[in-house]
Amino acid sequence: MRKILSPFADVSPLPGEVPAARARIAGAGRWTDAARAVREASGRLVALWGTDHRGQDGAFSVFAAYALAEGLCVAELAMHADAPAYPDLSGLFPAANRMQRAVRDLLGIEALDARDRRPWLRHGAWREDESPLRQDFARHEPGAPETYPFVRVEGDGVHEIPVGPIHAGIIEPGHFRFSVVGEKVLRLEQRLGYTHKGIDRRFGDFSIAEGYRLAGRVSGDSTVAYAWAYAQAAEAAAGIEPPARARWLRALLLERERIANHLGDLGALGNDGGFAFALSQFMRLKEDWLRANDEAFGHRFAMDAIVPGGVAMDPGPARLAAMARHAHEIELEVLQLRRIFDEHSGLQDRFITAGRVTPELAARLGLVGLGGRASGQAFDLRVDHPVDPYRDLKVKKVVYVAGDVAARVHARFDELFESVRLVQAIVAGMSAGEVRVELPAPAAGAFGVGWIEGWRGEVLVALEAGRDGRIARCHAHDPSWHNWPVLEHAVIGNIVPDFPLINKSFNMSYSGADT
Amino acid sequence: MIPILLKIVKTGVVSEPTPQAREEWRSRAAAIQSDILQILGRALVIRQVDAGSCNGCELEIHALNNPYYNLEGLGIRFAASPRHADMLLVTGPVTRNMEQALRIAHAAMPDPKLVVAVGDCGKDGGIFGEGYATCGGVARVLPVDVTIPGCPPAPLAILQGILTAISRERR
Repeated sequence: MRKILSPFADVSPLPGEVPAARARIAGAGRWTDAARAVREASGRLVALWGTDHRGQDGAFSVFAAYALAEGLCVAELAMHADAPAYPDLSGLFPAANRMQRAVRDLLGIEALDARDRRPWLRHGAWREDESPLRQDFARHEPGAPETYPFVRVEGDGVHEIPVGPIHAGIIEPGHFRFSVVGEKVLRLEQRLGYTHKGIDRRFGDFSIAEGYRLAGRVSGDSTVAYAWAYAQAAEAAAGIEPPARARWLRALLLERERIANHLGDLGALGNDGGFAFALSQFMRLKEDWLRANDEAFGHRFAMDAIVPGGVAMDPGPARLAAMARHAHEIELEVLQLRRIFDEHSGLQDRFITAGRVTPELAARLGLVGLGGRASGQAFDLRVDHPVDPYRDLKVKKVVYVAGDVAARVHARFDELFESVRLVQAIVAGMSAGEVRVELPAPAAGAFGVGWIEGWRGEVLVALEAGRDGRIARCHAHDPSWHNWPVLEHAVIGNIVPDFPLINKSFNMSYSGADT
Repeated sequence: MIPILLKIVKTGVVSEPTPQAREEWRSRAAAIQSDILQILGRALVIRQVDAGSCNGCELEIHALNNPYYNLEGLGIRFAASPRHADMLLVTGPVTRNMEQALRIAHAAMPDPKLVVAVGDCGKDGGIFGEGYATCGGVARVLPVDVTIPGCPPAPLAILQGILTAISRERR
């Protein structure tokens, strides 16, 4: 980490269980040099966000978190308050495009030379010259929605299909603009941001000890991953460590969340392939699984179970043993269902080759998480940068290279079975003792990061402490930021009726990326 | 085919009893005539709108469609178009970016336009509150008949809220 970024920055290690460093980039010119060095070292852009630091040192800052072989490196560039701007990174990391536009919408900081300058999160509810994340933001009357200049595809027989923001099902809102010839998709363009709730600003209303509840609601389906990442960041900033048993329980919760979501997705994928039997069966198994969560953790999704300093409750040995048995029962049922999937020619016909993302394209665009691993992007934080107890658990990384819907279905089955093994191993290997310690208020200005491999992909939380234990700035980042743009490529050349299936096979979060 | 049939037979019927309505969740004295309720009573079509939730409520509404809750057996189903819907089931604090779409969906519905707000966010904005990006609850935008608390409310609670909206008000 030092080797790659020290020519451009003052690099210092960050505290906490995530292997991480902070690199203060000296001058805007080196911002791009640092990004290029990361790209050349096969590093990835994990997140990009901005902060109004004018109250502290008179400047704005933009942050770029990079994943490198040694861990996470948070690059920071301070910008003069009068003309805050920084060089565009989207040429090196295409996923930066939407994040930079979000930074502009929320903070009024421009990415210089960026080609795409359309608003992203700002749909008209606040004016272009207003910046909700600036400390001096005073809210005006909300404005009316503005029109968005979609890229037009023209030619003989080309027409557009606009879909959303309200979709034809029980799904989160977003707008998809298809340009098609007959049934064939020539281009898909997404416009998201409909679920933008102002979470980054809202964090400022919370103390660090309480903010885990908001973090756990950035994307409800990944509440455990977010709460753990937040807890890591808070504990790093406060300079404490959670008790050993709490770490085991956190891993148990994370693997339970992975199993719950994979069960739901496999059912929905079967259903989108015209196989309603799968939905009924998998949703039944998921319901059993969620009810067991409710019994053990007092909540079906285990919201608010992970807190800074540990976990909120200990289910006790009897419930834990029951969980291990339940995991085995689910495994037997899913084995049967996988055989049915594999032998169902109609289903396989829908899955195989649909929505293909080659490993080359995935690498160029930065596909992450389960979707990435189905396209040869072999990144899994539980294996690459394991924290306790994953060091002992030796997670098996699931990687496919076909990059189609079928590969993402296989990856879900494999990861589900691996998580069943992990649940059993965690219950067997868990250490005894306390599950929670007090979180002292971190010093003002203390900085911590959390980085967790959720079921969808890597979740990042960056936390900066304010005075009196308040949150000065907290940014929670969803892997969907990276994977949504890849979907635009995955559907090219496919037929419109396959879109729901392809979309579901990635299953991105709208709320997580809109925040 | 045989493994599928075997699995169906072995699974059997897992549906559970229907819960009771919860009068205390009613927020609007519904001006619905009893003859309409008789028509709707056994066949309700719902259009669900996510007005900026964290997606937790959507997971539970999905769960409501699993075999345990036997929703279609009660005559309740979800429709794609608000024009086909008797009830709007709304989640989220209503983001400013979704406000217009929510209003349009409501306007497109035929009367009596039942509105059920789901979850703590739908109730009053929940943890997201009211701010530059959120309206602070469904009632800020639409007339709400029934509000279902919870973060997220469990499927059974959501079913109770739906049943409350279509049960005749007892006063």
